[in-house]
Amino acid sequence: MRNPLRSEAEAFRFLGAVIVGALVIVGAAYLNTWLGVAAAILAVVGIGWWLKQEPVPGASDPQPKLASSSPPGTHRILLVAAPGTESVRFANANGAAEVVVVVPALATKVEALTGGVDDRRADAKRTAETLAAQLPNARAYIGADDPVLAVEDALREFGADEIVVAGDDELAESLRSRVTIPVSRA
Amino acid sequence: MAAHAHAEHVEHHGPPAPHFSSRVTPGVLGMFLFIASEIMLFGSFFTAYFFVRVVNGTPWPTPPFHLPVYVAFVNTCILVTSSFTMHWALQSIKRGNVWGLRAGLLLTFLMGLTFLITQAVEYSRIGFNTSDGAFATIFFCLTGLHGVHVFVGLSILLFMTIRAFRGHFSAEEHHGVEIGGIYWHFVDVMWIVVYMTVYIL
Repeated sequence: MRNPLRSEAEAFRFLGAVIVGALVIVGAAYLNTWLGVAAAILAVVGIGWWLKQEPVPGASDPQPKLASSSPPGTHRILLVAAPGTESVRFANANGAAEVVVVVPALATKVEALTGGVDDRRADAKRTAETLAAQLPNARAYIGADDPVLAVEDALREFGADEIVVAGDDELAESLRSRVTIPVSRA
Repeated sequence: MAAHAHAEHVEHHGPPAPHFSSRVTPGVLGMFLFIASEIMLFGSFFTAYFFVRVVNGTPWPTPPFHLPVYVAFVNTCILVTSSFTMHWALQSIKRGNVWGLRAGLLLTFLMGLTFLITQAVEYSRIGFNTSDGAFATIFFCLTGLHGVHVFVGLSILLFMTIRAFRGHFSAEEHHGVEIGGIYWHFVDVMWIVVYMTVYIL
């Protein structure tokens, strides 16, 4: 069954269906009360049927695949850094590992509540791209405003063998309790 | 064949592929759950309405009171129109038209504000209050509950409009408008149901 409030466009379309249904019910009830009741039942069933037979967007799409350009056997590292980090040093012998730099878009409570996180995402993007440019075979990833959530999201797209945390003991401890792969400090 | 097998092998050699149980973003899912709880809240008031009017057979509206059906109809038209401007705002930003977004949001906010002010004026002139029987209580509960939702929607719209004028949204990044738009349309849907049951039928 399709969720009628999945997106703004679908909610708008649902509003149109509700208006049409309401007009039918009012018109029928004007003629006869029981006709109005019958129209109400038909309208509810009709809208329900319409939603049920509508295809769910994306349901038939193939599952997203993990992306990697590295050959088999390559060590894969997820590097987590706070916004504003300018450089980071960690063991990546000869730059042989594939690295994804994750920077969470840390926002204040007010920014998170009001959805005003665009500036924070821009900060995170700047940091992630700066760090990725300094490291061989690395690319940037902008995460959610919660660092642990950002790492979990990144792991869904990048199957890392190891997580390296730049500069935050507490975050490293939180990650150790949430993931099964090794977590180390930069 | 061998190249294909090699490509698959190269694609991933780490942990198993993740299972995506939902393709709905957390923000949209949160708004959906919130709206589901709202439907249950409105449902409790509609249940009270049903018992008062159908089970108890209370006349609606109870004499000698009258409901301002035509004022409410104009108000309904204003609110429905505001959903069109909301939709226009989002369609504009999806095409990169920032001024379309700003104009759409501003118009939506002004129409929502007009609706709320008109409802407040209607309350002051209606001639009965919550203590005038079950009919009056249910009337004020249903329309008042909806009014509170319009107020919340206006607050969200205000944030969205300010952010739009500060240049926060783009053709690629407009999730804040999308979620606010879903809420605004939901408020509109609820009003259609409230107006139909309370004023018309």
